[in-house]
Amino acid sequence: MTTAIEVRNLDMMYGDRVVQRDLNFVVETGDIFVIMGPSGTGKSTLLRHMIGLVAPARGDVYYEATGLWTGDDESRQRVLRRIGVLYQEGALWSSMTLAENVALPVEEFTDLPMATVRDVARLKLALVGLAGFEDFYPPQLSGGMRKRAGLARALALDPDILFFDEPSSGLDPISSRHLDDLILELRDSLGATVVMVTHELASIFAIGTRAVFLDDEAKTITAAGNPTTLLHESGDPKVHRFLTRGREPGR
Amino acid sequence: MDTAGDAARARHIAVDETEPGVLRLHLSGRWTLDAHPPSASDVFERARVSMATRVTVDTDPRLRWDSGLLIFLRGVSSAATERRMSVDFTGLPEGARRLLALASAAPAHGGAGLDGDRLSMLDRLGARAIATARTAVDALAFVGEAGVGVFRLAIGSARFRRSDLFVVMQDVGARALPIVSLISFLVGVILAYVGAMQLRAFGAQVYVADLVSVAMTREMGAMMTAVVMAGRTGAAFAAQLGTMQVNEEIDALTTLGISPMEFLVLPRMVALALMMPLLGLYADLLGMLGGAAVGVGLLHLGGLEYYERSVQAIALNDFAAGLIKASVFGVLVAVAGCLRGMQSGRSSAAVGAAATSAVVTAIVLIIVSDAAMTVLFDILHL
Repeated sequence: MTTAIEVRNLDMMYGDRVVQRDLNFVVETGDIFVIMGPSGTGKSTLLRHMIGLVAPARGDVYYEATGLWTGDDESRQRVLRRIGVLYQEGALWSSMTLAENVALPVEEFTDLPMATVRDVARLKLALVGLAGFEDFYPPQLSGGMRKRAGLARALALDPDILFFDEPSSGLDPISSRHLDDLILELRDSLGATVVMVTHELASIFAIGTRAVFLDDEAKTITAAGNPTTLLHESGDPKVHRFLTRGREPGR
Repeated sequence: MDTAGDAARARHIAVDETEPGVLRLHLSGRWTLDAHPPSASDVFERARVSMATRVTVDTDPRLRWDSGLLIFLRGVSSAATERRMSVDFTGLPEGARRLLALASAAPAHGGAGLDGDRLSMLDRLGARAIATARTAVDALAFVGEAGVGVFRLAIGSARFRRSDLFVVMQDVGARALPIVSLISFLVGVILAYVGAMQLRAFGAQVYVADLVSVAMTREMGAMMTAVVMAGRTGAAFAAQLGTMQVNEEIDALTTLGISPMEFLVLPRMVALALMMPLLGLYADLLGMLGGAAVGVGLLHLGGLEYYERSVQAIALNDFAAGLIKASVFGVLVAVAGCLRGMQSGRSSAAVGAAATSAVVTAIVLIIVSDAAMTVLFDILHL
């Protein structure tokens, strides 16, 4: 296994307020890596640091040998081109059809002829089960469909690493399960690495290979490892409570 | 060494038709998007496959692939179906096969309740006409509801927060002063210039003062302020209410039993109706100052002389006409902004369209009502 992402000595602050400090972890290639923790601990903020939207107060995020913030702007852009992000609400551009949403990154960053670009858009939408919805506008779709369309857009440039911000929030259990299966399938067939922020326990145990737990009081990572192993072996009562929906240890 | 590297980088397709009835495609090299995958139908054309009933595709074990390969294979699949041939993808990389299966699976949830059919020209025209009629009815309903709101305000039973009213009044009043100052001063300057050019021919430059003061008080003060406010405040109202629509904030008010009309629209309407006449008066003053600057600075009229001519030229009824117009414009700008905001769709594009439409509607209403009032005031000798 090789290292896909390494987060080194990362401090995250909002103004003077420390969100999390001293974060150190490694995401291996092929991982489905879960960032978990109580609401408001800075999980999404960590994700925003990892995808280059927010500059860290200290430390850096390394993709192979390239630091997102220690390098120049051009190297950061090169790294960002290799990742795909599914935002919480899909974040589709509402004035464009689904096909146009997916095609935009392909048009901008490749020199493919228009017909091929359209084929790519159709393929990606078909992969997420939205074949036939190419000409729909995002407001015409349900929340779950918007999310899948967002995933199709994230896949547009065949990224090596996929980021998901709360992929199952707002989805019914069955759609959420479908999405988990899809993530797993895409990871296996594309050989991609997945990083996701979630507190959906079912997803965490079903597909997560490794996880870090962000603590709201210690303001750093207090547990890391395979979610199932953490459930059975973590000595941290908070992690245990989180993974068992509030049951006290020993009951 | 280099040539071997190049060969690995290029994509290669070997077509083998030795086995009767079978078209065998062997793919090697690099089948990625940046290697520009070929069109499947071209491959079929070149292979002259009239005899074949089956296509098998297999790949070199060192094949490098991404979506480019998948697009080609989907093309092969549909070209084969067109020619009534069966396809055999068993020789493909495991991942590619699974992705193809995923992509060809029926949509997990059909588009229940959504009609994605392309509409014909006539259908679209009809839909547009119905939508326009509906918008007109909505606008009427909105005006009616606003009227009811004003009535309830008059009898004291309208429900809104007084503090909101003052915030909006400050925003549409005091905060608009700088831009209104600039615009009306310059309008005064322009009027004086245009007037002076004509009047100088008769040696009647001194009447520039009359012209500027009458034009500003009766017409330009109110109208320019209204146009500025349509762009500044009408668009802001539409964008704000539209965003509230997107965030379901308006739904939240409705389910609480609070009328969005009273809570959101009424304070804005009242604030603009109260502030516009004041802004109009202020614009009149600034416009006359602009005229005086030209009169004194360029036409060499005495300051006192200019002042006295202005005072003689205008009477209270000129101000009354201007003030009535300003109040009407204020209500129109507020109605246009709030109407478009409340009608806004639930997307960022819709909010943009609502803001644009608010400005356009407001300016049209301003000009049309101005023309009507000018004629009416003439008949009434106001």
